[in-house]
Amino acid sequence: MTRPSRSSLLMAPALVWLTALMVVPCALVLALAFFRRGIYGGIDYTFTLENFGLVFDPLYAGIFLKSARIAGTATLIAVVVGYAAAYAIAAAPRRWQPVFLFFAVLPFWSNYLIRTYAWIVLLNREGLITQLLRWLGYTGEPPSMLYTEGAVIAGLVYNYLPFVILACYAPLSRLNPELAEASRDLGASAATTFRRVILPLTVPGIAAGAVFVFVLSIGNFVTPALLGGGRFQMIGNLVYDQFLTANDWPFGAALAMALIAIMLLVLMAQALAANRAAGRSAQTGGADG
Amino acid sequence: MAERSPATRRALWLVLTLVFAFLYIPITVLVALSFNEGGLPTAWSGFSLKWYASLAHNSAILSAALNTLIVALVSTAIATLLGTLLAIGVEMRRQYGKGLEALIFAPMIIPDIVLAIALLSFFSMINLTMGLHTIILAHVVFNLAFVCSVVRARLKSFDWSIVEASADLGASAITTFRRVTLPVIAPAVIAGALLAFTLSVDEFIIAFFTAGAGRASTTLPMQIYAMIRFGITPEINALATIVMAVSITALTLSQRLNRGVIGQ
Repeated sequence: MTRPSRSSLLMAPALVWLTALMVVPCALVLALAFFRRGIYGGIDYTFTLENFGLVFDPLYAGIFLKSARIAGTATLIAVVVGYAAAYAIAAAPRRWQPVFLFFAVLPFWSNYLIRTYAWIVLLNREGLITQLLRWLGYTGEPPSMLYTEGAVIAGLVYNYLPFVILACYAPLSRLNPELAEASRDLGASAATTFRRVILPLTVPGIAAGAVFVFVLSIGNFVTPALLGGGRFQMIGNLVYDQFLTANDWPFGAALAMALIAIMLLVLMAQALAANRAAGRSAQTGGADG
Repeated sequence: MAERSPATRRALWLVLTLVFAFLYIPITVLVALSFNEGGLPTAWSGFSLKWYASLAHNSAILSAALNTLIVALVSTAIATLLGTLLAIGVEMRRQYGKGLEALIFAPMIIPDIVLAIALLSFFSMINLTMGLHTIILAHVVFNLAFVCSVVRARLKSFDWSIVEASADLGASAITTFRRVTLPVIAPAVIAGALLAFTLSVDEFIIAFFTAGAGRASTTLPMQIYAMIRFGITPEINALATIVMAVSITALTLSQRLNRGVIGQ
């Protein structure tokens, strides 16, 4: 047998599986978005664009904006904290770096639900934080921290921070130290060196981390459901409701399409940022992107 | 990196300390409270293993754990086979299209909720009764992609000329695979399988949508989600500790077998 035909034979079972159970179902759900909802739930197979109109209805557009705001805030915090942590790890003695990195990623390997649940334990009215406040002499009502937007953001940052650390560490550890030295020898301050030399060369890592946090946050439904409380809604919860409670699959499908469109936009922006950074690093002859 | 002033060094250590505190305090509190004697989920009153003992008598949790084990083992077995063959097939080619690359990467980046609703619509449209088997069908989709990427990483440095040499010396394709290719990729295959197993054990959203109605095919994450929604109990703390220990052990093992796939 020739090599290409043997290769096709080896790939065939997996490709058939992916086609039947990913490509076809995803195409189907996209198609669903163009049909009407049946009177008793179900689907009425007449073509319509109504579902997409509904996505832009102020009520739902508001939920999109709120989701984008929450995901954006979580991304910003995760990137700032994650970058600082990655920078500190890259500055640590060489032999300690793998150890720090390992322990930064370790929590990421445990169950997502459990990591989120840990925040319920921490933030509930009789949780560790309330007890800490009591111990410090606070006697008033326990603060309500759980079931707030802040709790949702904390949960998202907590869950995705390890990935940002990992993504930012890669370019930081490859950074040529002579570049920073050269910049300082030429009279630049530490701040200028960071802003003009280090930061631009590590943009690809930041972009990869940011995209990861944003994309996973904006479509998330577990964290809002657990830390935001029953009536807290983000796009993910809206999609969930259309499929499992409201039984309006076509509208749910349209919402999912909007979600994918946002994701693709963000990924394109990332590719653009990575390309520009690659061009810059080629000019300076520095670390590769 | 260049020398730093003592003040900068102190600031960097402070950053590390704070970040690690942020990462570890929540899960440490959870683990500590699972050994808490008292029924109150958040106030410490003495060491005890009684919540672990009570897990052993909770039939809902035991049956969910069994379901999870079935789903994880079967989907890992199928995904390891298909994913490994796919990896060899892809790497064997000297060139392949962007479309193929996208198809293989898609399951790893597609949002869970999208794949979940897509499969739910698909299964109900073809009138397939949902249960553990549909969760398995779904889990193989992303598991095979992860196995494939781990095995491909290993094959990147593989010298295909030794396969040709083996064939030239008269070995059949199967003998060549068994005696030449497999020994090289075996650590990656095992690492990929461990990763797939953990992903499947931990996966919640897709299982939740493809499990069908009724409690018969509830998996452990689905059970945990239901319990969490009711509030905090010491029993969840104990269960969470066990699940966390299993995932972390499996993934640490996977890492040791195959360096360089952290965080995937």
